[in-house]
Amino acid sequence: MVYRAHILICGEPRCVEKGAREVEAALRSKLQELQLTEEVQVMEVSSLGHGEQGPEMVVYPEGTHYVNLTVADAERIAEEHLLKGRPVKNLIYQEPPSEPLPAPSTKEVRVVLENIGVIDPENIEDYIAFDGYTALAKALTEMTPDEVIAELKVSGLRGRGGAGFPTWLKWTFAQKAVSEQKFVICNADEGDPGAFMNRRVLEGDPHAVIEGMAIAAYAIGAQQGYVYVRAEYPIAISTLRVAITQAREYGLLGENILGSDFSFDLEIRMGAGAFVCGEETALMQSIEGKRGMPRTRPPFPAVKGLWGQSTNINNVETYANVPKILRKGGDWFASMGTEKSKGTKTFAIAGKVERTGLVEVPLGMTIREIVYDVGGGVLNGKKFKAVQTGGPMGGCIPEKYMDLPVDYEHLAEVGSIMGSGGFVVMDEDTCMVDIARFFMEFTQDESCGKCVPCRIGTRRMLEILEHICNGEGQPGDIERLEELSKYTKAGSLCGLGQGAPNPVLSTIQYFREEYEAHIYDKTCPAKVCKGLIEYRIDPEACIGCTRCARNCPVNAIAGSPKQVHVIDPETCIRCGICKQVCPVNAVYIE
Amino acid sequence: MTINTTLMDTVFERYGGDAEALVEILRDLNQAEGYLSQELLLAVADRLRLPRGQVFGVASFYSMMNVKPRGQHVVLMCQDAPCHVAGGREVWDALEETLGIAFGETSPDGKWTLEVVSCLGLCAVGPVVQIDGEVYGNMTPDKVRALLARYDGDAGGAA
Repeated sequence: MVYRAHILICGEPRCVEKGAREVEAALRSKLQELQLTEEVQVMEVSSLGHGEQGPEMVVYPEGTHYVNLTVADAERIAEEHLLKGRPVKNLIYQEPPSEPLPAPSTKEVRVVLENIGVIDPENIEDYIAFDGYTALAKALTEMTPDEVIAELKVSGLRGRGGAGFPTWLKWTFAQKAVSEQKFVICNADEGDPGAFMNRRVLEGDPHAVIEGMAIAAYAIGAQQGYVYVRAEYPIAISTLRVAITQAREYGLLGENILGSDFSFDLEIRMGAGAFVCGEETALMQSIEGKRGMPRTRPPFPAVKGLWGQSTNINNVETYANVPKILRKGGDWFASMGTEKSKGTKTFAIAGKVERTGLVEVPLGMTIREIVYDVGGGVLNGKKFKAVQTGGPMGGCIPEKYMDLPVDYEHLAEVGSIMGSGGFVVMDEDTCMVDIARFFMEFTQDESCGKCVPCRIGTRRMLEILEHICNGEGQPGDIERLEELSKYTKAGSLCGLGQGAPNPVLSTIQYFREEYEAHIYDKTCPAKVCKGLIEYRIDPEACIGCTRCARNCPVNAIAGSPKQVHVIDPETCIRCGICKQVCPVNAVYIE
Repeated sequence: MTINTTLMDTVFERYGGDAEALVEILRDLNQAEGYLSQELLLAVADRLRLPRGQVFGVASFYSMMNVKPRGQHVVLMCQDAPCHVAGGREVWDALEETLGIAFGETSPDGKWTLEVVSCLGLCAVGPVVQIDGEVYGNMTPDKVRALLARYDGDAGGAA
């Protein structure tokens, strides 16, 4: 039955106490009297958000929100709004006057994130109500696999996992491959520090991923799919489990989907905390129950993938885009973005920026727009220094490229990558050598050890960077880093080793003077590196309150009450507690 | 250490005793037992008819599996850039100092294990610390000291 209107009426205790049940009964009997029960559906829901003004109800499709309802009001709404189509204005919820918040960015365009926070991820009917699974139905009933791939070609969609390989081409390889069996895999091993778009999509709109995978399976001729999710995301895993079960119940996964002769089912496989498993060949090793170590390509997974069979593997965000493309057309998708990078991309904005979090913008937006218009600017009005994109294999982009359009090509030109969409903003207080050291620590730790240049190269580079940060840098260190970078890049099988030097190379390229200051002048311009700074107390400002001395963990501060205190640099471990506790900001870094 | 055969039966049954589910099986056993002892790994290898080297290889590869015993409370700190930039360094120092152990160590009394964890995807509320599976965001040195103190009267676990 198709209703023309749906009424949600609040059933939470607070509203019931104030007579929500009576209001509901009156509404139902009035609708009966007006013979509207075939046209209007009344549903009780747990909460509508303004319980203090209950009883309340929302009338869809308009979304009119009525509050403080009485029995008489309900009857009036039935007659005026639902019969005559005139909303009852004086019963509509009014937003309380409030301080205007910083306006949310109007530059965001939500495609992948469209349903997130709007639908209930654990209720498949919510997804279906928002046209969910219509793309799969369209593919199965109206399109051949070739036509599906052709539509993707028109859209220009490229892999959202980082490398940006054209999705239609990847699917074509898998489709053409001769294989006993074929598989589709969703790479949800989102390990890039600072990137959590896949988590958000799996937790907020899991059916979009399932639908995208089913369409891919139809296009390439696969019957079995796997979603490889990292175990660090327990909520994503449980949400996805619920979604898969519901999709099976509705006949959208399993045998003969929607009455066609296409059968497809999905299983979840969990990671166990290895970053390198996000690399596609390592991921497949892990699904097979082995150490997740990459292997040489070719053969690419499309030819020889999981258990030696042809396999198509895409990222969560890539699959989530697919149903929208089939629904709205490849042209629609291609109308967003730049010439070679179409559509939108999610970015996880983090670091020293006012509004951190997940955003989705058309590709080609400039760094300036993302930082200032979308991200609200640098935190505490500080000066922008650099942005690190693409996770630990990405590079740091300095201020002079603020107007660079963010797409696959332009990021590569300046020595960084799109990656999965990490976007860490750094201000003037960030030391770029420390950042390079930090990322190297990460990649060195996560290197699986298979390729010697990666295993040893990252370790040696880390040691050099540590020496520089500790004030023990030697002339020639910068050149040594550059040389090691070259060999590590050239001698590693997968993106981890090939990309590991990027943070080092980009910081040397754009912030060489900071490296030189550390090595030759033994100073850290951003005052971060502990080996190169000294905490001091300004004798003019110190009030002799003894707080710093009492809090110092190593008793490095001397001074009696009401007297100026002094820090002994030999004993001081640069923990910074004195600076934190000083009531008059007398502690400074030199 | 004696092998909990009931636990092994349950876990093996969950994955149909399939050698391809080695990663899942070991992760589940690790979660239940706290770590994977030599005896347990040998038993798994025998049951799945896999080379012992392969089982140990997998167990020692993944960071969510431990081949050494861990402390009563496991404190994990996100090691990644957004947390680092948001003040993670100070929290890191505060953890080491308060617990009296370095990252990767377990306190001699077996009370605390301090480890790093890779990005939990909660970057908007960094720095993030996880204690026994509970996640705490927006950490500062003071907050983390107060948090550890909750686990017993004195926060100095190693004392």
